[in-house]
Amino acid sequence: MQNRHLELSQVGIDFPSPKGPFNALTDVNLKIKKGEFISLIGHSGCGKSTVLNIVAGLHQATNGGVILDGSEVKEPGPERAVVFQNHSLLPWLSVYKNVELAVKQTQKGKSKKAIRDWILHNLELVHMTHALDKLPSEISGGMKQRVGIARALAMEPKVLLMDEPFGALDALTRAHLQDSLMDIHSELGNTVIMITHDVDEAVLLSDRIVMMTNGPSATIGEILDVKLARPRDRLMLADNPEYNHYRHQVLTFLYEKQKKIEPVSEYKRKKENNAVKNTDAA
Amino acid sequence: MSKSVQAISQISQWDGKSMFTRLVSKLPTLLVPMVGILLFLAVWNGVAKSIDTSLGKFPGPTQVWEQSVTLVDEHNQQREKAATFYERQETRNAKRMAQDDSYVPKVREFTGAPTFFDQIWTSLYTVMVGFFIASIIAVPVGILCGLSKSAYSAINPLIQIFKPVSPLAWLPLVTMVVSALYVSDDPMFSKSFITSAVTVSLCCLWPTLVNTAVGVSNIDSDLVNVSKVLRLKPLKHVQKIVLPASIPMIFTGLRLSLGIGWMVLIAAEMLAQNPGLGKFVWDEFQNGSSESLARIMVAVITIGVIGFMLDRVMLAVQRVASWDKTSSLR
Repeated sequence: MQNRHLELSQVGIDFPSPKGPFNALTDVNLKIKKGEFISLIGHSGCGKSTVLNIVAGLHQATNGGVILDGSEVKEPGPERAVVFQNHSLLPWLSVYKNVELAVKQTQKGKSKKAIRDWILHNLELVHMTHALDKLPSEISGGMKQRVGIARALAMEPKVLLMDEPFGALDALTRAHLQDSLMDIHSELGNTVIMITHDVDEAVLLSDRIVMMTNGPSATIGEILDVKLARPRDRLMLADNPEYNHYRHQVLTFLYEKQKKIEPVSEYKRKKENNAVKNTDAA
Repeated sequence: MSKSVQAISQISQWDGKSMFTRLVSKLPTLLVPMVGILLFLAVWNGVAKSIDTSLGKFPGPTQVWEQSVTLVDEHNQQREKAATFYERQETRNAKRMAQDDSYVPKVREFTGAPTFFDQIWTSLYTVMVGFFIASIIAVPVGILCGLSKSAYSAINPLIQIFKPVSPLAWLPLVTMVVSALYVSDDPMFSKSFITSAVTVSLCCLWPTLVNTAVGVSNIDSDLVNVSKVLRLKPLKHVQKIVLPASIPMIFTGLRLSLGIGWMVLIAAEMLAQNPGLGKFVWDEFQNGSSESLARIMVAVITIGVIGFMLDRVMLAVQRVASWDKTSSLR
């Protein structure tokens, strides 16, 4: 295992706002090993997505930077594939064609057959080969997200970035996709950074959980190493004291140390003082 | 045996009944528009009788119907004349060819006045050319405006200023420019045609341009991010993401443009004397016979019906071209 696969050092970002620059993130330092599964967790508006977008190259850090395998991240690229929360499949292309677009762009010069095989292989990984010619509007939300994952995997990314990939799905579908993702991760060994709101999801899937403080000027609060043996089984883990211990730690961080929901009285007082300046930066 | 026959007759009876009930159930949807049209005809008939113009009474529905029949008859007569003309020409040429081998037959076009249907055709042709010119300018410029904020702010003032300009204001300028620039001994198109088409273009550029720009600038940012992650080149980005994503809005613009173009065309043809429906209206007005008003009314209705049909055609094209079958197609 390489120790310096992906490195975020001193990452900070300011967004312009009418009242001057708004500091959304400061001093985010993180070293990620190859093949590691990292979850980012925190209250909404804490800048999780911003971190992910900086790694993706969609946002430019004001301070510090991101280094992937020795070169600095300056722009988006297929080696850092993104799975978006709202699947973001092209609605006018079929499932097959959506993946094809990514494959043709990243696997230039390959034969037609090789391209077709690679598309089918990736759709096979997410169990979507039965709906090749369906349009995104004709399949369920969970299926769309599967195709989104297949598209990202088909780019053969060094790092897979997932922005609340299962946030918009119902609990059953979500569990199903989490299992699929664990299988894929154990098979391919990609490095994954995933944003989530779901404590169970974070503990179940991750090697490390990165917990973020509340913004503005959000940063990493704590990092929790999850040393549960793989493969993990959600049923077995339900009664596992270790699992519950990890869960408890994340919950403690979120709801005690970084309590977001202010008491109503305090909120009122603040509002009267007109001191609520929080801009949603996520 | 008799039982089965009875059963069959019962089935067929039931079938007939269901056909009938289906028809009845559809009746209200047909009935209401019918009532609307009948009411309109009645009011028109009533009002027309009480309007005296210098060209006689204002035409009611019956006079207009009579004139539309006359226009069809005139068209058929003209076609017959043309047919006999060509027949005579052919026999004459054949005769002379038989007498003299070296004779090169002369073929002349029939030069009768254009009929109402010829004029409809001219108008359709002109509006399509004008609309086509406008579209091939407006869509690319609209995409550029949607993609680049600075291009938009550069072009936006021009759009806002030129959009409300009436075709009648453009026409004299276009006429002079066309006469100055389009000089050839054997012109492929008549000047009046080009003037009308260009005027149509100038007026129906704007809805397509604006709608395309809005459509392109409102593309889901996630889709744009997908394109960035895939590192699509600018041209491929437009082809794979921008164009399909904004197709519904582009078509909304095109439909508005074609509607405006058709409206503008009639005015342009009147002034430019392009032999289409606009010229028909103008000539009838100048003619001032007792039938003129009824004939103009036929043209008015024709213009309306064709405008409606053009919109339906665009809608059909949109249905085929757009991926978004759920978008409200009205």
